[in-house]
Amino acid sequence: MTGDIVFDLKRACAGYNGRPVLFDIDLTVRAGERIAVMGRSGAGKSTLLGLLYAQRPDDVALVPQASALVKPLSVFHNVYMGRLDRHSTAYNLRNLVWPAACKVVEVRGVLKSVGLEGEIFSAAGALSGGQQQRTSVARALYNGRPILIGDEPVSALDRVQGGEVLSLLKSRHQTLVLALHDVNHALEHADRIVVLEHGRKVIDEPASRLSANDLLRFFGGEP
Amino acid sequence: MNRLAFGNTSLWFLLSALLCLAVADIAVTALNPWAEMLRLVRGILRPDILSIEAWSVVWTVAFAVVGVGIGATAGFLLAIAFPHFAAVRVSAMVLRSIHELFWALLLIQVFGLGPTTGVLAIAIPYAGIFAKVFAEMIEEADLAAERVLPDGTSAISAFAFARLPEVAERFKTYTLYRLECGLRSTLVLGFVGLPTVGFHLEGYFKQGKYAEAAALLGVFYVLIGTRRLWARPATVPFLLVGSLLLLPEGIGGGSTLANLARFVTHDIVPAPLRAGDFGSLATWSAFAGWLQAIVWSKVLPGAWNTIVLAQISLVGMGILALLLFPLVSRQLVGRLGQPAGRVLLVVVRSTPEYMLAYVLLQLLGPSMLPAIIALAVHNGAIVGYLMGRHADALDYRADAPKGLNLYAYDTTPRLFGQFLAYSLYRWEIIVRESAIFGILGVATLGYYVDAAISELRFDVAVVLILATVGVCGVIDALSRWLRRELRIPTLATRLADAPAR
Repeated sequence: MTGDIVFDLKRACAGYNGRPVLFDIDLTVRAGERIAVMGRSGAGKSTLLGLLYAQRPDDVALVPQASALVKPLSVFHNVYMGRLDRHSTAYNLRNLVWPAACKVVEVRGVLKSVGLEGEIFSAAGALSGGQQQRTSVARALYNGRPILIGDEPVSALDRVQGGEVLSLLKSRHQTLVLALHDVNHALEHADRIVVLEHGRKVIDEPASRLSANDLLRFFGGEP
Repeated sequence: MNRLAFGNTSLWFLLSALLCLAVADIAVTALNPWAEMLRLVRGILRPDILSIEAWSVVWTVAFAVVGVGIGATAGFLLAIAFPHFAAVRVSAMVLRSIHELFWALLLIQVFGLGPTTGVLAIAIPYAGIFAKVFAEMIEEADLAAERVLPDGTSAISAFAFARLPEVAERFKTYTLYRLECGLRSTLVLGFVGLPTVGFHLEGYFKQGKYAEAAALLGVFYVLIGTRRLWARPATVPFLLVGSLLLLPEGIGGGSTLANLARFVTHDIVPAPLRAGDFGSLATWSAFAGWLQAIVWSKVLPGAWNTIVLAQISLVGMGILALLLFPLVSRQLVGRLGQPAGRVLLVVVRSTPEYMLAYVLLQLLGPSMLPAIIALAVHNGAIVGYLMGRHADALDYRADAPKGLNLYAYDTTPRLFGQFLAYSLYRWEIIVRESAIFGILGVATLGYYVDAAISELRFDVAVVLILATVGVCGVIDALSRWLRRELRIPTLATRLADAPAR
């Protein structure tokens, strides 16, 4: 089920504002893998995802941390933004002022899958935190590129909703690299789990060989 | 929900401007504007540096430094009383609502054409502005330290220890920035006869001596562009003392005290009341008739034209600002484009709108068009420059679009609230400037003020100036109300509040 190498880090180091964050990370990701990246906040998860994204930005649909929506624009526009690069600028500007019916249908379909079709023309800023996160997920789904990189894509959703969204992402994207903080989500949805601690990789195992207890000790008893 | 409100508001402003445009006189009446324009461009390309009047440059700086210095000191004292006394707030509002040029025209009657007039014409309105801005800064300061002071600490000690240190830095930045505005104001004062750079510029432009004008204007841009180098805390004492010593001699206008007494007790007293028989009904009915005539024949047409000019200019400014701001955003035009855009916008915004209108008037002939272009371009450059700084301060996501897509889908929608905050704030400023532009011949309120003063009817001039204050007050209230309704009342509106580079 796994295929070609899509990401390859060799002894990668990275810093943030001059402060080193990642040390000697070796990581190879093959097409078809579903990887959960775990670790406490500050362990370097976002930085690692950033390194991966930088390797092939043209093949990745991104769900950034904190949703990164344009709040004054409608949910429709925010989701449509996932494909700005695939239309002419003139067509994009036209859609900004007067959304094309066919695009509305497409976007409505994607929103339906995350349970937001009723909010399609609401301003993104007027939505709740969970709805904003689902809008951000919908943007990545609509983007449709084969690899999905998500930085805590379900952190604002409850466990059931989060699980549904993760299943959805799995069904639509071939390769996934997700930063997650919920151990159960990771064990259930990922087939490989990478744990970072203080910027170093401390676990990189198939999910089937790990138990909740193996992971919990890195979170100091977080449920 | 907010987006709709933003969109609707913008649409209403656009519509009102289109309506105003339909009734406004915007014809080009000059017979051959292109030939004159060509001579202007030729003059700019070959500036005559030898013709620069060095003393006018010195006096320009001196007027600005002393005027802003006195204004800031008075404003600081007023700011302390500002939150406690409504009377202080109202007087500060009136002081700042009357433009420097109106102050100058009134002060000349008392102090003659001399340094006192020039300094006070800047100091008085600036005191009103400083009072408000300083008071706001004090209010916004972090006051945690003040709450833990021991009981019984005197008000002055509390202020000096717990408040002043918190706000001193912002006061300093704002005051030094205001010096830049002061330099622009002195230029305008030159147009009424004070010996600043503006005085010579007016002469040069009137005579078509564009090479001389370009050189002098160049010096002015350098002064403003290098302001951070020569106006810093360490140089302020030298600047102040030097300026006081170097201020020009005045042209005497007789005894100041006698002038003041005549001005206050006779000149500005409404003509029907000068007889002094306040008990008689005839006096008051004459006064009512006098006032009614002014309102019908001057205030209403003047206010209408002021609003028409301001509305078109405001929307013109908005459109220009939205088109120009990408030029100063590194995110949108890149590392190489940004510095060039920045120079362009700084030069344009340093050009005083009054002088720009004057030049355009020479080129295009009398109509509302020169004033519209001047106001829209000057204010558009200011707002565009600020928006560019905000655009670079935004956090963009790693997969953000690029170019025009970024501009249309990301940057502009996210900054639109900020754009409206700046625009609504400048609305009142533009109305005040529109009133002033009457002195150039557009029939706004300033036109009638100028006419009344040249007929020596100061009582009428004062009524008209107060009407201007009233119109500005209404627009200011409307602007505040809109900013509250749009939920953007806390966004930055002042240059000093924009994100730093």
